[in-house]
Amino acid sequence: MKERLVLVGNGMAGMRTIEELLAIAPDKFDITVFGAEPHGNYNRIMLSPVLAGEKTVEQIMINDLPWYEEKGIHLHAGQAVVEIHRSRREVRAADGTVAPYDRLLLATGSNPFILPLPGNNLQGVIGFRDIHDVETMLAATRSGKNAVVIGGGLLGLEAANGLMKQGMQVTVVHVLDTLMERQLDPVAADMLRTTLEERGLRFLMGANTAAILGEDRVRAVRFKDGLEIPTDLVVMAVGIRPNIELAKKAGIYCERGIVVNDTMQTYDPRVYAVGECVQHRGQCYGLVAPLWEQAKVCANHLARFGIGSYQGSVTSTKLKVTGIDLFSAGNFNGGPGCEEIVLRDPARGVYKKLVVKENRVQGAVLYGDTVDGSWYFQLLRENTDIGAFRETVLFGHAHMADSGRDGFSVMTMADDAEICGCNGVCKGTIVKAIAEKKLFTLDEVRAHTKASASCGSCTGLVEQILAATVGTIGKTPAEKPMCKCTEHSHDTVRAAIRERHLTTLRDVFTTLDWKTPDGCHSCRPALNYYLISTWPHEAQDDQQSRFINERVHANIQKDGTYSVVPRMWGGLTSPKELRAIADVADKFQIPTVKVTGGQRIDLLGVKKEDLPKVWADLNAAGMVSGHAYGKSLRTVKTCVGSDWCRFGTQDSTGLGVKLEKMTWGSWTPHKFKMAVSGCPRNCAEATIKDFGVVCVDSGYEVHVGGNGGIKIRGTDLLCKCATEEEVKEYCGAFMQLYREEGRYLERTAPWIERVGLSYVKSRIVEDADNRKALYGRFLDSQKHAQVDPWAERASGYKDAHEFQALRQVG
Amino acid sequence: MYDWYEIGALDDIPRLGSRVVQTPHGEVAIFRTSDDQAFALRDRCPHKGGPLSQGIVHGHRVTCPLHNWMLELESGQAVAPDVGCATHYPVRLEADGRLFLGLNNVVSLPTAAPATA
Repeated sequence: MKERLVLVGNGMAGMRTIEELLAIAPDKFDITVFGAEPHGNYNRIMLSPVLAGEKTVEQIMINDLPWYEEKGIHLHAGQAVVEIHRSRREVRAADGTVAPYDRLLLATGSNPFILPLPGNNLQGVIGFRDIHDVETMLAATRSGKNAVVIGGGLLGLEAANGLMKQGMQVTVVHVLDTLMERQLDPVAADMLRTTLEERGLRFLMGANTAAILGEDRVRAVRFKDGLEIPTDLVVMAVGIRPNIELAKKAGIYCERGIVVNDTMQTYDPRVYAVGECVQHRGQCYGLVAPLWEQAKVCANHLARFGIGSYQGSVTSTKLKVTGIDLFSAGNFNGGPGCEEIVLRDPARGVYKKLVVKENRVQGAVLYGDTVDGSWYFQLLRENTDIGAFRETVLFGHAHMADSGRDGFSVMTMADDAEICGCNGVCKGTIVKAIAEKKLFTLDEVRAHTKASASCGSCTGLVEQILAATVGTIGKTPAEKPMCKCTEHSHDTVRAAIRERHLTTLRDVFTTLDWKTPDGCHSCRPALNYYLISTWPHEAQDDQQSRFINERVHANIQKDGTYSVVPRMWGGLTSPKELRAIADVADKFQIPTVKVTGGQRIDLLGVKKEDLPKVWADLNAAGMVSGHAYGKSLRTVKTCVGSDWCRFGTQDSTGLGVKLEKMTWGSWTPHKFKMAVSGCPRNCAEATIKDFGVVCVDSGYEVHVGGNGGIKIRGTDLLCKCATEEEVKEYCGAFMQLYREEGRYLERTAPWIERVGLSYVKSRIVEDADNRKALYGRFLDSQKHAQVDPWAERASGYKDAHEFQALRQVG
Repeated sequence: MYDWYEIGALDDIPRLGSRVVQTPHGEVAIFRTSDDQAFALRDRCPHKGGPLSQGIVHGHRVTCPLHNWMLELESGQAVAPDVGCATHYPVRLEADGRLFLGLNNVVSLPTAAPATA
C-alpha cells in the first residue's frame, strides 16, 4: 500500500511542494489536500492585479479542480482542518471528515494582522489575503466611494492602488514617515509617494489610528489627534502573522511560526511544514521566492532522497503596481564599512542605489528603472567582486555586453532587431515564443528559440526580454544547477568529488542522485574534467564523456571533416617541419592550409579515417598535437624578443618555448592561451591572453585573465618577476588555481571577475607557500598528461575504433 | 521485409559510443547504450547533416556534435522543442553478442547514382 500524505493548506507553498514531489516520486504517496478556500490552487501574489482589474481570477489559477483529479489527489476544498491527532496520526476537518496520514505537511500560511482597535470587527473591515477579501473589496467599490488602507507597506500600497483603479477615493494611513520602510530608503520612498499622489492616492503619514467608527458597518476612522475621515471600507495591511493555531493545539513546537529544521521538518518527525507559517533559523518569510526553495527541499525529503537542505533565503521585492518600477533587495540602508553608489535622475524619474562593502553588493534599491534588478540580485547572492566594472555598474548589465549603449533598454528595441547573433534570433521571435508557449525560464527560451544557446553573450538581453515579457513573478536567481540532470551547482559537485573522494562518473551519479542514467552532453564532459583534474593519478579519463574534438584530437568542421594543427613551440618552426606539412597536405589532398592566430598552421578538411596517417607523418617529422581542439593549453604566442628585435628587452621566444614545454598537455576548464612579448610594445598581444608576460628591462610583468573573443577583456597585472624561473612558478600556480577552482567552460576572464583579482593575488602572490604548493600540484599532474595523443593513436593501438568503420555491407 | 546483415559484435562498440557501418543507404551509425542495447540511425543529423556517430550518447539519446540537437535512438525523432527525424534502422542483438542490421530491399537499390550525360 502507498504511504498516505496529508497536506493542510491548499496554497502556493503546500501545492508547490506537492508538485515538486510528483515530479520526483510520482507514485510514492496517496495524497489528500485540505484547503479552507473553496477553490483550486491560485497564485496569491497576483491578487493585486485582480483587484486592479488587470487580471481575472481564472487567470491566476495555478491548478484547477480537474488537475487534482487527473493527478489522483483527494482535494477537500472549503474544508478547514480543525484538529490534528498526532498519536492516532489523523486530521479532522470542520465537517467531520477524518484523514489518516503517514506524513503530514502543514502549509497553513499566515493571517493578516488585525490591529486591536475598537470597531475592528465591524462589517467592511478586512485584511488583504485571499480571493474572498478581493471579492469583498470589489463589492465595496460598487456601493461606496471612500476607502482607508491602514499600512503603507508593499501589500497596503497594492491594495490602495487596486481600489483607486476601481474608482474609489483612497487614503493610505501609515504610522511612520516613509512608505515601505522595510524595502525602500527614504529617497525612493519619497519618489514613490510623489508618483502615487499624482495618480490620486492620499496619504496620512505618521498617523496613529485610534478607533474605527460605525454601528454595524464601518462609517469612519478616527485618529489619535482627533481627526476623523469618513469611509466605506477599511483594509488592514499592517503585516501578517504565521497561522500556527492548528499546530500549536496539536502540541507541535512553535515560536512565532512553526519551528522547522533545514529539511523543513517540525519537532514531530512525521510532520513537515513549509511556507509563511514556518519559522526557520529564527526567520519567517512573507515573500514567494523562499517558499519555492523550501518546497524543493521538503519534497526531496518527503521522497526520502535525503539531499538538499534549506539554508534560508535572501529576498528581493518588486511592487506590482502597473507603471511603477520598483525593486529592492538585501541591506539597502548600509552600515559601518558600507559605501553607496547612487544614480539619481529626477527628470526621468530614475533612482538607483547600490550598497557596497569591499566591492561586493550588499543591497539595492531601484526606482523607475528595474531592468537590472535580477542582475544586481545575482551579484549580491553570488557575492561577486564588482571592482572591475564598478564605475559602470549602475548603467546596468546591458552596458557590460557588447552592445554597450548608454541608457539602453532592450524593450525599446524593434521587433526585428537581432538579439542572438549566433543563431539569428530577433527580439520579436523571442517575445512571441515566450507568450505563445508560456515560457518562464531562460532554459526554456533557449530550448525553443535557440537565443543565447550558443556563445551565451546575449544571455543578459534574453533575460531582460524574459523579465519584461513574463512580468514580475519574483524569481530567485539561485545558484544554477549544472544541467537538467541534477539540482547541484558546479561548485557543489566539485566539492563533493574532492571531499568524498569520488573518482568515477558512476560514483558521482549515485552519490549525488543524478536524475538521468548517464548524465547528458552538458554535464558529462564537465564531470570528467572535474574528476581528472581533482584526482589526476586515480580517475580514468572517460573518452565517451569527451566532446568529439577531444576524443579524436582534431576539430570537427561543418562538413564532418576535421582540422589538424601541429604544435609549433612558441611559434617557432623549421624548413623540415614545413616540408613535412607540405607533404602531408599533398599526400592526403588536404584542401585548405591556413596560418592561425596562435602562430601555427592549420590543415583543414582532413577525412576522419586519414587522421592517424596524417599524425604518423607529422610525428615522423618531430611534431606533436597542438591541442587546438581542447579545453586545454593551446598556444604560447611570442615575438622575436632580444635575439633579433632592436627593442627587445628579454628572450621572449625562449621563455615562450619554456612555458609551452612546461604546460602542454594540461586540461583546463576552458581553453587556455598564453603569450610572451619582448617589450611593452607588446607585439605578441600578451594583454588579451589567459596568461601573458610582458618583458621589461628589469624583468617580467605577469598578466592574467584576458581574452579576445566574444567579449574582449584586457588582463590584470598580477605581479612582476625577476627571473624566468619565477615566471614559470607563477604560471604553473595560476593555471593550477584556475584548474582547481574555475567552473567547466568558464574562461579565466569571467572566473577572475567572479572571484576577484584580489582573491587570486591573495592565493598566489601574497601566499608564497600556497603558490609553491599549487605549482607542485601542477607539475605533479603534468607527469601523466604530457603524452602525445597523436602518437598513441597513429601507432594504431589506442582508440582504433574511433577511426575505422565497423563494417561495409550491401 | 528486411535483409539482415551481420555487422560485428556488440563489444566492437564502446559503451556510450558509436561506430559507422557503410551501406547502400549511406553511412549508418550504430550506437551502444549503457544498458548494452544497440540502435541504428542514419549518420546525418536532420538539422545540418552533422555526423551523429560522433556525438555524446546518454540514456537512449545522442547529442549531435555540431549544434547539440538531441535525437531519440529508438525512433530517430528530435527531442522537443526541435523538430526533425533521422532515419532509424532495426538492429538485432544475438545471444552470442553478434549484431545484425536490418536494411530494406538493399538489392534493388542502385549502389551509386547513375551517371547522366
